[in-house]
Amino acid sequence: MSPAPLLSVSDLRVGFATEEGVVQAVDGISFDLRPGEVVAIVGESGSGKSVTAQTIIGLTRANNARIEGSVKLEGEDLLSASDSDLRRLRGDRIGMIFQDPMTSFNPVYRIGDQIVEAIRAHRETSKSEGKRRVVELFEAVGIPNAERRVDDYPHEFSGGMRQRAMIAMALALEPEVLIADEPTTALDVTIQAQILGLLEQLNRERNLATILITHDLGVVAEVADRVLVMYAGKVVEEGTLDEIFYDPQHPYTWGLLGSLTRIDRPRPHRLPQIAGSPPSLLDLPDGCPFRPRCPHEFSKCPQYPGLEARLPEAADHRDRCWLTPEEKKAKRLVEGQIGLEPPPEVRQA
Amino acid sequence: MTRFIVRRLVAMIGVLFAVSVIVFVVFMVLPKQNPAQTLAGKNATPGLVKNIEEEWGFDDSLPVQYATMMKKVFTGELTSYKPRLPVDDRIIEGIPATLSLAVGAAVIWLFFGLLLGYLSAIRAGGWLDRILTGVSIAGISIPVFLLAPVLLYFLSYKLEIFPNAQYVPFSEDPYEWARHLILPWFTLALLSIGFYSRVLRSNMLDVMNEDYVRTARAKGLSERKVMTRHVLRNSLIPVITLFGLDFGATIAGTAIITEAIFSIDGVGYYAAEAVKKFELPPIMGVALYGAFFVVLLNALVDIAYAYLDPRVRLGESASE
Ligand SMILES: Nc1ncnc2c1ncn2[C@@H]1O[C@H](COP(=O)(O)OP(=O)(O)OP(=O)(O)O)[C@@H](O)[C@H]1O
Ligand SMILES: [Mg+2]
Repeated sequence: MSPAPLLSVSDLRVGFATEEGVVQAVDGISFDLRPGEVVAIVGESGSGKSVTAQTIIGLTRANNARIEGSVKLEGEDLLSASDSDLRRLRGDRIGMIFQDPMTSFNPVYRIGDQIVEAIRAHRETSKSEGKRRVVELFEAVGIPNAERRVDDYPHEFSGGMRQRAMIAMALALEPEVLIADEPTTALDVTIQAQILGLLEQLNRERNLATILITHDLGVVAEVADRVLVMYAGKVVEEGTLDEIFYDPQHPYTWGLLGSLTRIDRPRPHRLPQIAGSPPSLLDLPDGCPFRPRCPHEFSKCPQYPGLEARLPEAADHRDRCWLTPEEKKAKRLVEGQIGLEPPPEVRQA
Repeated sequence: MTRFIVRRLVAMIGVLFAVSVIVFVVFMVLPKQNPAQTLAGKNATPGLVKNIEEEWGFDDSLPVQYATMMKKVFTGELTSYKPRLPVDDRIIEGIPATLSLAVGAAVIWLFFGLLLGYLSAIRAGGWLDRILTGVSIAGISIPVFLLAPVLLYFLSYKLEIFPNAQYVPFSEDPYEWARHLILPWFTLALLSIGFYSRVLRSNMLDVMNEDYVRTARAKGLSERKVMTRHVLRNSLIPVITLFGLDFGATIAGTAIITEAIFSIDGVGYYAAEAVKKFELPPIMGVALYGAFFVVLLNALVDIAYAYLDPRVRLGESASE
């Protein structure tokens, strides 16, 4: 049996009251996260990935926010925890990395000092002790000349180095859970690969439980164990990495997979993209919200199916699409050979 | 950083030179009237005008005339002519009163402006914010020349809580010094308190949306630390710029009205009297004095700015 989950999110719902109405940014997401596991949350812009991540550590708490469901860290409910209890957890037991390393450090303080500040928020250490720790961390995340660079200001770091420093900061207190919200989106492709490699290595070495948020399934292929595909605040498909890549069930997942660049195939003229754009959360269609963009829409779609396992052989592979598995396979074939062969990165692994 | 400061101070001397040339041109060269006549003032005797013409060398070339004027300014020979009194001495005598007024007012407006702005920002949208917004806007909207007489009338003449006039030097009696200055201080500070609290509030609300503030929260910092070390600290940078400019303007100009109304015998009072009597030399002297403070404070602002924002400081050193 797999070990007990470290972090358990169940039926999390987050809505924001705005002038135009309630924006239901996250609408019933559930998942478990075990030590050493990487759960990826994938979806287009606005699907509710960041809101999910930030709600876990209480960063979306606000007067206009309605948060329901439960988030448990080793049995302790975080949604009902007091602000100060949550604060003690942040950075200490749950570390977080953000998308844009350019803007995620305060420009007026030295990077080393900002990391020391994080350490001293939780531990009684002297500043010099803290700084020694930062040098170690810099070495661990592969920042050269660590000794000297701790005294640099953020604008003296390149984007990739800043993201390494961000990771160093998130790891400073040896958290059990790491939440990485699009950690590579703002970086060049080569740097992206390095950062992902680093995250994977840290995850392995430290047995970190990681939530990896991205809109790029290519990133997921490198490191994830389980994948949740989100659309308009709901999970539309979830399964293991292999299930999502080899046997994707939801047309939205096919769309995401179809827009992947594949190094083993000739580059198409134009990357296939999912037609249309994500819906406004204030004006969702009845039933399946992907319906207006879906080439396979049919009479059942005005009703939204639940997230259920639809394949007899895979109890944990769930999706929200009315098509039968056979129909899915046939349509997928026509749509572009998606899911027929493992992507090269996975095959190597 | 040292190079930056030196360069900034050198630039300051350049600006002061330019200002002195402008003062010279505006008062001595542009007017069609004989400058000696202007300097002598209304109803001057022909003899006095003749004397002034010789003293200032108005027959010489313009650069020499400029040099003569600056020599007078620097050696304390610049005088008013009716009666004949040295301008520099009078300005220097007035400086303690003017600085007492301006510095005291600045301390008050910074303290209350920033305090109210901070409270407004961390309670944005709440009732405290709404009350403070009302108070600030009232403070901004009341003109000094209206507020000052009203305060004087009620607090000095009617209730006799504060003395109505005069400046008591700090060295003579610190308590009386403060008691005499409280009304003028608040009169001068009120507008800026309102304005600064608005500016700080809006800066802080902008900074609160920055990614690094979210990072600070994600690190587990207490809300107070997030607000002071990250939000307030970064919001102060533009406020410092504003303050340097306003403080210079207060010393160089705004204090004139306040000093005149409260009969504080400072530089502004002197300038107001000179304007009333059409005396040119004091006006020239005060213009140069005002320019000096404005330029000096600008330089200090730039240095403070470089200190507060490493991007400015290091950008400077990296390019050298
Ligand atoms: N505080 C808030 N008030 C109102 N709406 C919000 C708030 N925060 C997020 N939203 C809305 O919730 C939706 C989901 O946002 P979220 O940031 O989670 O998207 P995302 O999946 O992370 O997208 P991206 O790839 O752009 O980061 C968006 O439509 C966003 O506008
Ligand atoms: Mg996001």
